[in-house]
Amino acid sequence: MTNNGDSSIVAELEAVSRVYQMGETRVEALADFSFQFQQGDYWAIMGSSGSGKSTLLNLLGCLDRPTSGRYLVRGTDVDELDDDDLSDLRSRELGFIFQSYNLIPQLDLLENILVPILYQDNPDPGAEDRARTLAERVGLGDRIHHLPSELSGGQQQRAAIARALINDPALILADEATGNLDTQTGQEILELFDELHAEGKTILLVTHEPEVGDRAEHVMRLSDGRIESVVRKGDKS
Amino acid sequence: MISVGIQRAVRLGIRSLLLHKLRSALTTLGVLFGVSSVIAMLAIGEGASEEAQEQIRRLGSQNVILRSVKPNEENASSGARVLTFGLTHEDYDRIVNTFPGVKGAVPIREIPDEVRHGQIEITPRVLCTTPDYLRVTGREMSRGRFISEVDEETIANVCVLGHETARELFPLKDPLDERVRIGADYFRVVGTLLPRVRLMGDAAEAGSEVTGEIFIPRSTGSSWWGEMLARRRAGSFDMQEIDYHEIIVDVGDQDNVLFVANACREMLARNHKTRDYEIVVPLELMLRREETKRIFNIVLGSIAGISLLVGGIGIMNVMLATVTERTREIGIRRALGAKRRHIVTQFLVETVVLSVGGGLLGIVLGLIIPTAIEHFANMRTIVTPDAPIFAFMISAGIGVIFGIYPAWRAANMDPVEALRHE
Repeated sequence: MTNNGDSSIVAELEAVSRVYQMGETRVEALADFSFQFQQGDYWAIMGSSGSGKSTLLNLLGCLDRPTSGRYLVRGTDVDELDDDDLSDLRSRELGFIFQSYNLIPQLDLLENILVPILYQDNPDPGAEDRARTLAERVGLGDRIHHLPSELSGGQQQRAAIARALINDPALILADEATGNLDTQTGQEILELFDELHAEGKTILLVTHEPEVGDRAEHVMRLSDGRIESVVRKGDKS
Repeated sequence: MISVGIQRAVRLGIRSLLLHKLRSALTTLGVLFGVSSVIAMLAIGEGASEEAQEQIRRLGSQNVILRSVKPNEENASSGARVLTFGLTHEDYDRIVNTFPGVKGAVPIREIPDEVRHGQIEITPRVLCTTPDYLRVTGREMSRGRFISEVDEETIANVCVLGHETARELFPLKDPLDERVRIGADYFRVVGTLLPRVRLMGDAAEAGSEVTGEIFIPRSTGSSWWGEMLARRRAGSFDMQEIDYHEIIVDVGDQDNVLFVANACREMLARNHKTRDYEIVVPLELMLRREETKRIFNIVLGSIAGISLLVGGIGIMNVMLATVTERTREIGIRRALGAKRRHIVTQFLVETVVLSVGGGLLGIVLGLIIPTAIEHFANMRTIVTPDAPIFAFMISAGIGVIFGIYPAWRAANMDPVEALRHE
C-alpha cells in the first residue's frame, strides 16, 4: 500500500454542495457537506432514496463535480483536474463496485478485472499476474476465461470486487453491492468486505439495508442532502 | 507500444462486433458492394479504353494519315469525263522535303483492277506502295518478305498478299512464289502479311472495310497503269486521275505529331481548291479518347462513390445505434478510468474494422466481377494494381469519417447518466 505519509485522510469534503437545475426548480442534492474519510475506515452510508447518497457517491467517485465547495482525494483538489486527469484519478485511486456488477459482457473474467489497468498511461506489467491472484482470492481462479454471462450473480459480483482491487485503490466505493443478491450470497460478499477492511482498505458502502449497514465499522445517515447522524463503533473516532 | 495497443483495440473491436454477427455482416454489405463496384467499374473503364487505345496505336501514334476523298460538289464533276482530285506528287514532295520533323512518308496508290489465280477471281484493294509501308504502319509479315528497294528500283513484278487475299486466292496451297494476275500482268508472290487488326469507332471510318489487300511496288504500279485510273462502274468507265490515295507521314517523334499535322492541314488547304482530302491523326484520336476515358471514369467513379457513401451512412447509422445500446458499457469504462480518447478509439476502431472488413471482401468481389464479365460478356477488363489499394484506402477513410461522430457521441456522454442507463 502506497500511503503518502503525512496524512491519513483519504477523502476530504469541504462545504460541498451539488445542485441540479431541473427546469425551474433547483434541487439541492447535497448541501454544505463537510466530512473526512480516514485511511482504513469502513463506512456504511445509509438513507432513503433522494437523501443524496447517490450524489455523494458520484462525487466521491469523481464521476461528478461539486457545484461549490472542495473535494480532495489524497490531498488533490478535484476541481483543479480536467476530464483526463479525473479519468486517470479514477483508474488509479478508486475502485467501483456496482449493484448490477457491471462487468463488460464481451470480455472474459480476467480481462474484466484488468479493465482499470487498460486505461492507465503506464500500466504495471505485473498487473495480469495480480489479476490472477485476485481471481484466486475471490474464489474464481478456475473461471478466469469465462464470460460474465456464464457466471452467477455472486460470482460476477466477486469478479467486480477483484476488478475494484486491481489498481490497489485509495478508496473502494460500493453502491448497493448486495442489492441484487440473495441473502446467502450477500453475506459472502459482505464477508469479503470484512476481510478487505481487516487488511486496511478504505471502503464506503452505500446501502439502504440496515443489516448490511450493521456490518460496517461506522454508519452515516443522510437525509435531504445533509448528514443526519454519524455512528462510530469501536475505538476509532 | 502503440501498435500493441492498436492490435488489442482491433482484437477487442472484432470481438464486440462478433457479439452481433448478423448485424455486423449486414452493415458491411454497403461498403462491400461500394468497393467492389468501384473496382469493377474502373476495370471495365480501363479495359474499354485500353482496347480503343491499342486500336488507335496500331494506326500509328507517330503517324499523320492523309487520304484522298472524292469531292462531293456534283457540278464540279458532272460534265467532265476525267475526274482529277486528291493528293498530288507535289503534296508528297513538299511533305517529305520541306517539313521539319518528318522522318519519311509512305505513298499509297490504289488500282481498280481484278486479281486472278487459276479459276479464282477477286477484287481486293491493289495497293502500290514503298518498302517503308511495313515499318511505318507497324504491320507484320506472316511469311516471306515485303516489297524491297530493289523491287522498287527494278520495277519488279512482285506482290505481297494480305491475309484475306492469300486465303481467298490460295485456299489449299502455299502462295509463296506462286503467280497471280493483276489486270493483264503476272506478279510473283514474295510474302504474305498477318491480318490487320480490325479497327472500331473513329478509326474504322478512317480505315477501310475492304476485306483483301495486295501490295505491289509503287514504280511497278505507275509503269503498268499510268496516271489514269479507269473504274468500271454501272457499265460505263469512270476515269479518275489521282496521284495518291493515301500518304502516311511518319513523324518519328510523337511530340512533333500535332505540329506536323497542323502543317499538313495548312499546306493542303493552301494548295487544294476543293476539300478533296482528309487528315487522320491517330494521336489526336488517342488524346480525344483519353479525355473521353477521363470523363467516363469520373462518371463511373461518382456512381460507385455514391454507393460507398450510402454504405458509409449505413455504418454510421448502425454505430449510432450501437453507441446508444452500449451506453452502460461506456459508463462503466468511464467510471473505471477510460479517458474520452479511449472511448473514441474504441468505437472508431470498431467502425474502421467494419468498413475495412467490408472493403477487403469488396476487393475480393471486385476482382471476381471483372473476370466474370470478361468471361461471359467478352469485354476486356483491366484491374490496375492501384485500384484495390485505392478502394482499400477509401473504405478505411469511410470508417474514420463515418465513425467519428458516433465515437464522439459515445465519448461525450456524462458518466453518471451513462451508468444509470438501462
